[in-house]
Amino acid sequence: MFAYITRRLGMMLLIVFGASFMAYNLEAFSSNPLSIFGESTAKNKHYLMQQMIHRLHLDVPPPIRYFMWLRGVISGLWGQLNLGMTRDHVPVLDVIGNAVPTTFRLVIASTILAIVLGITIGMITAIRQYSRFDYVMTFISFLLFSLPVFWVAVLLKEYLAIGFNDFLVQPEIPLNVILMFAAIGGFIMGGITGGSRRRVLSVFAGVTIGLAMLLEYLSVTHWFVHPGLGIVGVGLLALVSAVIVTQISTGLDNRKSLAAAMIAASIVTVGYYPLQLLMKANAGALNVLLVFVVTLGLAGLAGYFVQNIDRRVNVRTAVITALLGTLPLILDRYMQEFGRYFSSDAVNRRPVPTLGQSNDLLSEKQLSNFWITGLDATMHLILPTLALTLISFAGYVRFSRGSLLEVLNMDYIRTARAKGLTERTVIVRHAMRNAMLPLTTILVNDFAGVIGGAIITERVFGWKGMGMLFNQSLTNYDLNLFMGVFMISAVLTVMANLVADLLFGVVDPRIRIRK
Amino acid sequence: MAKKLTNVEQTSEKNENEIALRETEGLSQGQIILRRFLRHRAAMISLVALIFIILFAYSASGIHLGTKEDPISIPGWWHFGLTDIDPEGAIAATCNGGITGCPTLDVFPEFIDGTGMHIGQHPMGTDIIGTDYFALVTRGAEQSIMVMLIVGFLGVAIGTVIGAIAGFFGGIVDAVLMRLTDVFLVTPTIVIGAVIGFRFGNLGVVPLALMLGFFAWMGLARFVRTEFLTLREREFVDAARIAGASNRRIIFKHILPNAIGVIIVAGTLLMSGAILIETALSYLGFGVQAPDVSLGLLISRYQDSFSVSPWLFWWPGLFIISIALCINFIGDGLRDAFDPRQKRRISLKERLRGTESKAKA
Repeated sequence: MFAYITRRLGMMLLIVFGASFMAYNLEAFSSNPLSIFGESTAKNKHYLMQQMIHRLHLDVPPPIRYFMWLRGVISGLWGQLNLGMTRDHVPVLDVIGNAVPTTFRLVIASTILAIVLGITIGMITAIRQYSRFDYVMTFISFLLFSLPVFWVAVLLKEYLAIGFNDFLVQPEIPLNVILMFAAIGGFIMGGITGGSRRRVLSVFAGVTIGLAMLLEYLSVTHWFVHPGLGIVGVGLLALVSAVIVTQISTGLDNRKSLAAAMIAASIVTVGYYPLQLLMKANAGALNVLLVFVVTLGLAGLAGYFVQNIDRRVNVRTAVITALLGTLPLILDRYMQEFGRYFSSDAVNRRPVPTLGQSNDLLSEKQLSNFWITGLDATMHLILPTLALTLISFAGYVRFSRGSLLEVLNMDYIRTARAKGLTERTVIVRHAMRNAMLPLTTILVNDFAGVIGGAIITERVFGWKGMGMLFNQSLTNYDLNLFMGVFMISAVLTVMANLVADLLFGVVDPRIRIRK
Repeated sequence: MAKKLTNVEQTSEKNENEIALRETEGLSQGQIILRRFLRHRAAMISLVALIFIILFAYSASGIHLGTKEDPISIPGWWHFGLTDIDPEGAIAATCNGGITGCPTLDVFPEFIDGTGMHIGQHPMGTDIIGTDYFALVTRGAEQSIMVMLIVGFLGVAIGTVIGAIAGFFGGIVDAVLMRLTDVFLVTPTIVIGAVIGFRFGNLGVVPLALMLGFFAWMGLARFVRTEFLTLREREFVDAARIAGASNRRIIFKHILPNAIGVIIVAGTLLMSGAILIETALSYLGFGVQAPDVSLGLLISRYQDSFSVSPWLFWWPGLFIISIALCINFIGDGLRDAFDPRQKRRISLKERLRGTESKAKA
């Protein structure tokens, strides 16, 4: 194992070396940093040019200049990483250090969302192959697959952000819009349920009516201007997650497990008021973590004591339920601050921004605490996250659908069914786990593709991350900055490949890594 | 009827196999695949639509190749050029309270909106100074299709050769070629594309597409290699070798035809990716440069006027989506056609017919 990793690391170094050499020369030959002086009329133009040539070693041919640059990178091994200077004479390392967290914030949320949604929908379409739901989702995923991200982004800005902000002036939803959303929700839930036509139709009707009533309630109470879940909303959501988690992990027939999940849900609900004490205005990230520790810990204890046998399963069900139930609790806390955020001068009753990554006016007005800052960051994340999610989610739908269909045709699935196992066990235990195996590879690789995805999104939404640095480096002929961005992307990619291979060996025991 | 249905359910699997077998009796592999593809409704609709879009775009704006000094052009049937300005026409097409240059295309017949179907002087509208948008969009679509075809062709050619050699010979050749592939893969396509586009974008679309094609073969090479790794162990390869076939003959005559499905499917994916990459690069300003146009460049140029003249934004987007969607559906149809495990969905009617004919026999 150790020898394998060492060999892979050596190979990785070679690959990064080759790729960076290629990129350096490609960029060096295709750009001329001195061209910006072409139209300059400054008296000391010649001096400035000489100065730049000297500073950036432009008199050295690029293949040799590459090795001068590489020396700085190799010094990173003993902690003196030096990626050179930008054209404006700022160390590249400082510029990039500020940009990396921004890009990651942008990409991680959308990647996680796309993975969760994509895999869930993909697997449902595979289970309900050739159903109407399958056809509709297939068409939608193909459509999303063909959309340019910048086009979607402009549409989202125009209709979602500006439209929603206008809607908030008079937050009442017209009846036909309510009915349309309710029918869409009903169609989705009806498509997910299998069985007889009557069952599907009753689910469709139930969900449609329920959703229409919920939306009407939200509309009448002007919920969108002062949102909140309250103890009732948190309790209901926790209950729903208890049922879903139990159904997926053990089946609702396992009464003890259901009881553990229910206890976990009630812990979250009962803890609603006491936990507010932990989440005061001057709270921090540590307090949020503490909330999770309390609820998850109590739920775990409950799962442990509910039954003597199968403890592991019960604890797992209870903890996952508590985790899913605590999220609305935290969300509710953020929503409590929404009113203040919404009516502040900095936001001026238009909460969904179309540009930028944070509202600087907030801190100037002494308005920021942990919750407001978080809310502000989230608001700024909504549009870019949605755009990136829409684009990348289609790929996961197609891939997980194909993967699960392939597994469902295997002999061991037939064996499992022949043994008389329930359909739930066959799909969750036997099929889904095996269908997830090939997914690990693309999951890890997608995290590495962050820079590529960020370049366009950051441009459209005006974020100051690595994508913007990349654009800037190209238009300004800033070779060192370009290489800085490139190196982060390249190293991430090769690392992700290694992690994917190692992970694959862990999750799939059939694959043995060669010693 | 109810009893008959349960009977059908019980024997359905057997019947499905029988129906499927009877349909393929006496047909060659190629014919079976062709029939499966022709039966894929979404793919066939997409194929017709794509051919229509290509003919439409190319005939409307004509074919313009070559450099600025030495142009080769065949004029199209559309009466406006890229730089022709028609301010009177733009003012004539005023709508929505004084916004000039609205699209004059009206697809609704008289009994719906009372004005009747007509194309008008500027079916896709004009921009603010009166440049005809139809000319710009068809020209942009032409450029994007050109990039797509060239990148697809080059990527498939290079990827197949490298993947085939690596997979067939294995050992040190494989290791070297795959590490080379990794070197190219490490760089995100858009990064390479941006560097290339920045340098070659102003030379016109063909050099840009050629350069992009040289950096787009990696995924395909990996697919082809995996396919070759399994195929070279098969008996027919041993048989060919014992019969004295050369390596080249085995690769091209024996293995490649068996791997063609993977290649075609990966090729369509590459093409739909290529059109999105080209538009993205042009959008960022690293692709096709003005005065020439491409669909991405049009979107980037007019995105700020969305609230005033939204058609300037919709038309190029619709063309990008239609082209990419068609390619994706065709790829899906091809994948289904080439997949030997793919079972056609046998409808209830056919099942009933199957049992009836069996009962008769």
